[in-house]
Amino acid sequence: MRNALGSVDTVLLLGGRSEIGLAIVERLVSGGARRVVLAARDAAGGEPPVIGEAEVHLLDFDASRPETHGEVIEAAAKLVGDLDVVIPAFGVLGRQADYDADPVAAAEAVAVNYGGHVSAGLHAARRLREQGHGTLVVLSSVAGVRVRRANFVYGSAKAGLDGFAQGLGDALHGSGARVMVVRPGFVVGRMTEGMTPAPLSSTPGQVADAVVAGLRSGAETVWVPGALRPMFAVMRVLPRAVWRRMPR
Amino acid sequence: MSSAAPPGTTFLTGWGRTAPTPARLVRPATAEQVAATVRRAPERGVAARGLGRAYGDAAQNAGGLVVDCTALTSWSLDETTGLVTAGAGLSLHDLMAALVPRGWFVPVTPGTRHVTVGGAVAADVHGKNHHVDSSFGAHLRALTLVTAGGEVRTLTPADDLFWATVGGMGLTGVIVEAVFRCVPIATSRVRVDTERTRDLDHTLETMAATDDRYRYTVAWIDLLARGGRMGRSVLTRGDHAAREELPRGADPLEFSPRSLLAAPPWAPNGLLNPLTVRAFNEAWYLKSRPGTSVQGLAPFFHPLDFVDGWNRVYGSRGFVQYQFVVPFGQEATLRRIVARLSAEGVVSFLTVLKRFGPGTPGMLSFPMPGWTLALDIPAGQRGLAGLLRAFDERVAEAGGRLYLAKDSRMTAATMAATYPRLAEWRKVRDEADPDGVFRTDLARRLGL
Repeated sequence: MRNALGSVDTVLLLGGRSEIGLAIVERLVSGGARRVVLAARDAAGGEPPVIGEAEVHLLDFDASRPETHGEVIEAAAKLVGDLDVVIPAFGVLGRQADYDADPVAAAEAVAVNYGGHVSAGLHAARRLREQGHGTLVVLSSVAGVRVRRANFVYGSAKAGLDGFAQGLGDALHGSGARVMVVRPGFVVGRMTEGMTPAPLSSTPGQVADAVVAGLRSGAETVWVPGALRPMFAVMRVLPRAVWRRMPR
Repeated sequence: MSSAAPPGTTFLTGWGRTAPTPARLVRPATAEQVAATVRRAPERGVAARGLGRAYGDAAQNAGGLVVDCTALTSWSLDETTGLVTAGAGLSLHDLMAALVPRGWFVPVTPGTRHVTVGGAVAADVHGKNHHVDSSFGAHLRALTLVTAGGEVRTLTPADDLFWATVGGMGLTGVIVEAVFRCVPIATSRVRVDTERTRDLDHTLETMAATDDRYRYTVAWIDLLARGGRMGRSVLTRGDHAAREELPRGADPLEFSPRSLLAAPPWAPNGLLNPLTVRAFNEAWYLKSRPGTSVQGLAPFFHPLDFVDGWNRVYGSRGFVQYQFVVPFGQEATLRRIVARLSAEGVVSFLTVLKRFGPGTPGMLSFPMPGWTLALDIPAGQRGLAGLLRAFDERVAEAGGRLYLAKDSRMTAATMAATYPRLAEWRKVRDEADPDGVFRTDLARRLGL
């Protein structure tokens, strides 16, 4: 149950090895969360990581198999009770050149980055609506705010996800359950290893700090860093001819 | 609340106006209707609610059912024994309006009259007379409880379930009626001695030395005073006045309290800031002239009831009330917490300090012999969560605890560490409610 100052008790992380996801969970635990479920591929039966003093459970979760997502949410609720925060943090980045060469791989990536989130998000939302409380944290990206030629397969999936999250948030309005949309820029971490950071990049820890602050204040949208919000207000309206020439 | 709730549900909060959750609200008119409602409990369970004066989430039930008990307002008084039988939804305000003109007063009143009898039992409320009269539960003779099975049961102090219910925050069943002993009074006035103290040590010494001479005592602490004046206080101590202390011709048992002001329906966040509160505290300290006076019951016991909806002045983010008790001998903890609050410039007005006497056998009752401090803080205050967590640890180390009726943010671990009879309470509760029919947001938060 979220308390008066925005601390929570329970967290479900889908994509339980995600760097950003784990950074959020660590911060929620140091803020008072006491029960955590990490759901990831082939996770069950393993040794749960130590996260503060929290009780940590592991579940199997495969983002590419939406038919299993409902069971995972139910299993998590059975383990820890009401889900205060659900964070689907799975996803693949991939290189545009590789997707150009292998359209099947591109479709599979989109199925995870968009389809997987739709299925997991809808199942989570159903549970949160029944509870009458809880927040679904959707990790969108500025890549989806306006899609660039440099990574349009990834960007288009994030664009879909961002729209889905906004619509779901509106659908949940008044139910007590909420959706928080997080829009980081370039995040320097495992997922982007070997890539040159873009301007206004952040670290997984900075994204996690912003998410935790947003959960405390009850924000609907969080940009990381905050300066990306005004920047993208401009980017969104740049003429197409200019946008097309964006280097990356 | 700004959020539109789905049809049939209402967003509820406690008095602190934090963490709203939706629930279906029903308002039964009889104990039998309460029982019928409980028998049809939905999966998310049932919570009882009175006037919503608990500060946190004690009378909320996210996604479930909330039974508004305020229609259960029957009462009767046995004038020979002073025993009152009252419906759980009767407010202490209405009860006083009926009793005082007949020469009786409630055994215990908290700082507001706008609580129900059921709430007073469920929180085992205390008042300014705790050091002599203990808390509400000490005056109870019987309770009527609608249990998880939908039975209407009468309990006496010989039953374990009685003492699991007193202070049990509504988690053992829906309290529908209570029988308790009231106090005879000759007048509706209080003779009040007011004294100002220089600092915290002076406050503690004076209270320890003089409390026992009065039935009612409390200290208001100026938390924003620093340095040598840290912990300066206004002590007010009183007793029911005798007839001869009243001016001639005065109606000795007149009781017609009114609220003089209503808080505006909206106030900006940050209206209460160090500047405004410092000014208020200074004025309050200076206006409290030392000496003896005769006051009405309402201004003495319920100063905040003069402003309707005063909780709104904290703005949309609401506020947190922090009330802890530490046993006698642990004054060092109290001093450290007051020093830290003063150093941090925590914005709290009407911070009160009280010396507790013996507690009741209520398994989750809050009071114990010691010092209790209660303060209100705007929920938006920066760094508040960490500051209060640090206080929780100190209070727990000192063998103290936090008051569930005020709490909206402690953790299950703190609760378990500070309520030594929790396991015993759970055992009784689990027997009475094996399927967990009675559930509140507070119970979920604290893992009760």
